[in-house]
Amino acid sequence: MRIVLDRAKCTGIGICESLAPTVFEVDDRGELVVLAAEVPEGALDEVTEAVEGCPAMALRLEP
Amino acid sequence: MSASAVHAGPRSLVVVGASLAGLRAVEAARKAGFTSRITLIGDEPRLPYDRPPLSKQMLAPDGPTDPVTFRGRAEFDELGVELLLGTPATGLDPDAKVVHAGGAEVPYDALVIATGAAACGLPGTEGLAGVHVLRTLDDARAVRRALDEGARTVVVGAGFIGSEVASAARKRGLPATVVEALPAPLVRSVGRELGAALSSLHTRNGTVLRCGQAVAAVEGADRIEGVRLTDGTVIGADLVVVGIGAMPRTEWLAGSGLPVDDGVVCDEFLGAGAPGVYAAGDVARWHNVLFDRSMRVEHWSAAAEQGARAARNAVAPEDLRPYSTVPYFWSDWYGSRIQFAGVAAEDGVEIVSGDPAGDHFVALYREGDRLTGVLTLNGQRHVMKYRRLIAQHARFDEAVAFARASATTAS
Ligand SMILES: Cc1cc2nc3c(=O)[nH]c(=O)nc-3n(C[C@H](O)[C@H](O)[C@H](O)COP(=O)(O)OP(=O)(O)OC[C@H]3O[C@@H](n4cnc5c(N)ncnc54)[C@H](O)[C@@H]3O)c2cc1C
Repeated sequence: MRIVLDRAKCTGIGICESLAPTVFEVDDRGELVVLAAEVPEGALDEVTEAVEGCPAMALRLEP
Repeated sequence: MSASAVHAGPRSLVVVGASLAGLRAVEAARKAGFTSRITLIGDEPRLPYDRPPLSKQMLAPDGPTDPVTFRGRAEFDELGVELLLGTPATGLDPDAKVVHAGGAEVPYDALVIATGAAACGLPGTEGLAGVHVLRTLDDARAVRRALDEGARTVVVGAGFIGSEVASAARKRGLPATVVEALPAPLVRSVGRELGAALSSLHTRNGTVLRCGQAVAAVEGADRIEGVRLTDGTVIGADLVVVGIGAMPRTEWLAGSGLPVDDGVVCDEFLGAGAPGVYAAGDVARWHNVLFDRSMRVEHWSAAAEQGARAARNAVAPEDLRPYSTVPYFWSDWYGSRIQFAGVAAEDGVEIVSGDPAGDHFVALYREGDRLTGVLTLNGQRHVMKYRRLIAQHARFDEAVAFARASATTAS
């Protein structure tokens, strides 16, 4: 599964980082850095939670 | 073999309150494999929409005027959720397992209460044009119109939502005053020292801040003309936004026998004290095992997560799981982002990065030797790392050491 970020929607609130810290990190300017293009082994649950928990609906998973 | 033959769980889920928590509840129930009937009851005549933008993007001159909705009607159909919108629930009978709504009885096996909170108004201003709270889309549209007309703005209450309104007014170059009855702002949410630090953003951005002043009277016959403070000062105003807090919407539960005490009182599973009944979001007061205390929070992420957890527990009672969290919220003032996670314990606060008088800081809160909270101003890179430490029961000195270590690697 590919992790797709819509930068126009992302507001850098960081809920994804708290749910899946190995995959998402907000940087100093408040911009989200996606640390892995594909969902890492064993991280599907937390990444799915992060995608669904995004208040800005800026994250999506694609096959 | 049908699903019901293998697993005799609830056969119908009713969710009352069609906003964030209610929406996440119906979505989670379906995701958990619940295939029976779901009804979502809401008193607002519209599809669930997101509230944080109401005091942010929607108040900007070029901002959107339509709400951010999470799902369209077709998507609710796809989920197989029956929507009863514009339909207030007026009562609950937990013995008969029915909700009274819109003059009808809606039976349930599992129920999620997600009726949120209502903004408190300023007594004596009912019906006076130009005085608003900010909770719903209609409120936001009215405030936006007034700002578009160049209103002199007075915000009553120095809380987060009111501060966002003041910030929106200043961004348009309009005069803005924030009136706070307590001697210092935001003491309960972030403590005295940092409440002062945050509210200095007001004065630094040209908003007048009047603390220790209550509104003694409002001036104007049909339309607001000004606000008189307890010290006698009169501030001319075309728009007054009242941001003095919100009350959980439990009025419809009167007589139901459910325990209510500043919110629906829930256990750690969000169970509300009657068979099959759960609560979630701003209306729920639950036992947060992570801090071993009863809490009610009015935060976006908790409402979303509780909605989902409450529904899963409601439809799969054989697999009950507790809901615990490090409470988290954000707020945007004058182009700066404020983020807070945890609880603002009063045993001590330490600034581990930046300067409370400046545009960036990271502050850590302690209770005994434990890290309990973090407040950041423009510290987006930091906040979630401490939120994790709080969840892991980190000691305060560990967190300070972590801060020092990350300061050296960052520079
Ligand atoms: C202007 C504003 C800005 C905000 N900004 C932020 C922010 O920046 N960060 C953050 O973390 N949080 C923010 N919040 C808080 C966040 O939006 C709330 O925590 C969240 O909306 C709570 O969701 P909820 O579903 O529990 O309750 P609500 O959103 O209050 O929804 C409850 C719904 O139930 C309906 N209802 C009530 N009683 C009945 C009844 N008897 N029958 C039927 N329906 C009923 C209500 O009309 C409402 O539609 C903000 C809130 C507001 C108002």
